[in-house]
Amino acid sequence: MAAHESTYEPKSRFAKWMDDRLPIGRMVHDQFVDFPTPRNLNYLWTFGSILTFFLMAQILTGIVLAMHYQASAADAFDSIERIRRDVNYGWLLRPLHAVGASMFFLAAYIHIFRGLYYGSYKAPREILWIIGVLIFVAMMATAFLGYSLPWGQMSFWAVTVITNLFSSLDDLISGLGTTVVQWLWGGYSVTGVTLTRFYSLHYLLPFVIAGLVGMHIWALHVVGQNNPTGLELKTKSDAVPMHPYAISKDAVGMFVFLIVFLWFVFFLPDYLGHSDNYVPANPMVTPPHIVPEWYFLPYYAILRAIPSKLLGVIAMFSSIGILFFLPWLDTSLVRSAKYRPLYKWFFWLFVFTCVALGYLGSKPAEGAYIFWARVFTIYYFAHFLIVLPVLGLIEKPKKLPGSITEDVLGPEGTAAAAAAGKRG
Amino acid sequence: MKKLVSTYSISAIMATVISLVATAPVFAAGEHVPQHVERLDWSFAGVGGQHDRAQLQRGFQVFQQVCTACHGLKYVRFRNLSESGGPQFPVEAVKGLAASWPYQITDGPNDEGKMIERLPGLADPIVGPYKNDQEARAVQGGALPPDLSLIVKARTVESHAPWYTHWFWMLADIATGYEEAGANYLYALLTGYEEAPAGAEMGEGMYYNLAFPGHQLAMAPPLSNDNYIEYQPDAGAKGSLDQNAKDVTAFLAWAADPSLDARKKLGWQVLLYLLITTLLLYAVKKRVWARAKN
Repeated sequence: MAAHESTYEPKSRFAKWMDDRLPIGRMVHDQFVDFPTPRNLNYLWTFGSILTFFLMAQILTGIVLAMHYQASAADAFDSIERIRRDVNYGWLLRPLHAVGASMFFLAAYIHIFRGLYYGSYKAPREILWIIGVLIFVAMMATAFLGYSLPWGQMSFWAVTVITNLFSSLDDLISGLGTTVVQWLWGGYSVTGVTLTRFYSLHYLLPFVIAGLVGMHIWALHVVGQNNPTGLELKTKSDAVPMHPYAISKDAVGMFVFLIVFLWFVFFLPDYLGHSDNYVPANPMVTPPHIVPEWYFLPYYAILRAIPSKLLGVIAMFSSIGILFFLPWLDTSLVRSAKYRPLYKWFFWLFVFTCVALGYLGSKPAEGAYIFWARVFTIYYFAHFLIVLPVLGLIEKPKKLPGSITEDVLGPEGTAAAAAAGKRG
Repeated sequence: MKKLVSTYSISAIMATVISLVATAPVFAAGEHVPQHVERLDWSFAGVGGQHDRAQLQRGFQVFQQVCTACHGLKYVRFRNLSESGGPQFPVEAVKGLAASWPYQITDGPNDEGKMIERLPGLADPIVGPYKNDQEARAVQGGALPPDLSLIVKARTVESHAPWYTHWFWMLADIATGYEEAGANYLYALLTGYEEAPAGAEMGEGMYYNLAFPGHQLAMAPPLSNDNYIEYQPDAGAKGSLDQNAKDVTAFLAWAADPSLDARKKLGWQVLLYLLITTLLLYAVKKRVWARAKN
C-alpha cells in the first residue's frame, strides 16, 4: 500500500522548497492523510491509535513524575507520598501514570486479541506481527521495572521473586543463575542499588518502545491494514482515505476509551493496584501472597503451575515466545474468524483460558487452584501447538465475499460502485 | 462429513471439560473462622462520595485521644488539618494544637552542633510517641504500632466470592466507584474484639479479633462499649464504640488520601467534558461516513 500513488501537492513556496529536500510533508500526507484504509474497519481497529496515545501519555506523565521522584531505597517511598500530597496536582499525575500503565495493557490485550480473531498475523503481515510481539515484551519489561519504583512491599517482593527466577539457570550450568541474579541486583540481595538501575532502565525502555512502534507503523503501511473480512484491498471502492474517515472513527474510539481510563483515575485510583504497596518495602517481612499486577497474572499462573522452577520459568517465557511463531503455526489460508466456523469457537475458548489463568494467578498456588492452573496451562500451549495447526487442515471455511465492497454494500451495491468508478 | 467430524470433536472436548470439572478437587473452604468484615456505606465511598467535615473532626478527636498513645501520622502535617477537604479546623486552633502536642520534633543540628527537641509547628508532621521503630518495639514488648498515615490504603479484604460471582462483584465496584475495602477492614478491626472462643490457642499478650487475619492481634482493644470517647453536644453524633470506630476510620481514610474530595469533584467535570466531546465526535463521524455510503 505504501506504493499507492502520491497525491501530495506542496501548497506554498516553502513547502515546495522543503519537499525537494526533506519530503516530510509528503510523507505525512501520503501515510496519514490520503492513506487508503479498508472501508469496513470496526471499532476494534481504533486501538492502534489508542495505544500510540497511551505511549505518549505515559512518557509525558513519566517525565514530570521523574522530576519529583527519588530513586533511592531510603527516599523512594516518601517521595511518592510527597508527590501524592505536596506536589501541585501530584495526586492526579501519579494515578494518570499508574492507571495509565494498566490501561495501556488493557488496550494492548484488546489489540492483540483483535489480531488473533481476524488473523492479522498471517502473510504478508508476519513481520508486522513480530514487531508487535517485541513491543509487547518491551512493555512488560517497562511495566515490571516501573512497578518497583514506589518501593512498597509488593514492589520489593515482586522484584525479589522475578529476579530470583533467573537463579533457576543454576540447574543448567552450575553458578550461571547466581551470577546472572547478582549481576541484575548489583549485589547479593535486592537493595537500593537494584532500585536505581531499574529506574534508569525504566526511563530508557519507553524510547525503545517508541522506536519499535515506528517500525510497527512502517511495516503496517507497507502491507496495509487487515480488516474484518481478512481480504486484501482490491479495488478503489474497497478503501477510504485515512483522513477524514479512519481518523474520525479513531477519535470516537479513543474518547470512549479515555472515559474508561479517567473513570479509574478519578474514582478508583488504587483499585488496580495492591494495598501492600502502601507499606514501605521491608526485606524482613514477606507478604502472605505475593502477586503481580493484573496484566501479569496469566503468566504468573503458568509459572507456578509447573512443579520444577526451571521448567516453570521456561514455560512462562515460552507462553509469550510462542507468539513469535504464530504466523507459521496457524495453517488456515483464511484470515478472519468470521469465515472460520470452528476457529471462532476455539478463539473464545482461548480467551476463556487466558482469563481463567489470570484469575488463578491471583489465588494462592495450592489445592484446586494449582490443578486448574495446570489444566489451563496445558490448553494454552495446546491452542498454539495442536489446535491451530490441525484446525487449518480439517476446517471447512465459509464462503468469502468477493471483495470488501461486496461485504459492505452487497452484490448490487458493488456493481453500482464499479459503475460509478468507471464514470468517475 | 467434515462438519460431522468437527461437531464430534467439539462435543468430545466439552465432555472432557465436564468430566474434569466433576472430578476436580473441591476448593478448600476456610479452615477456621473466616475474617469477618462488613461492607459499609461511607460518605466518601462511590463516585459522588465526599468526606463529612463534622465526622472528620470527630475522627480526629478519637485519633488524638486514643490512637496517639502509640501511633503517629508522619505523612500528615498539622497544616493539613486546616485545609479544605479535611477536618478544616481553623488555622489558629491548629497552631494551638501543634504548640501543645505531647510529642516533640527532633531538629538540628543547631549552631553548637547539637540536636534539639522542639514543639511542632504548622509545617511539621503529626508525630507519635516513638522516635523510631526500635524504641517502639522496646516499649511495646516487641510489637510495632505502625504509622497510621496510610493504614486505610495499606489494608484490604481478600475477596472470598466463588469464581463465578467474583466478576460481578468486581464489575459492581467498578461501576459504582467503590474501593473502600481498607476502611471496612479498619472499622471491622476496631469493633471486632471478642472473647477468644474455647479451644483457640492465644499467644501471650494477644487479643482475639474477628477481623484480623489469624485472629491474634497484639493491639489491646483501643475502644470498647465501656470505654469510648464522648463528643461535644454540637459534634453531630453521640459517642459510642460504633460511632468512634466509624469516625476515626473516616479520619484515617482522609489522612491516607487527603485529595479525595477535590479528585472526585474534578472527576465529574472531566468526565462530563469527555462525554459531550465523545457525542460530538460521534456525530461528526456519522456525517463523514454518510459520504462513503455512496
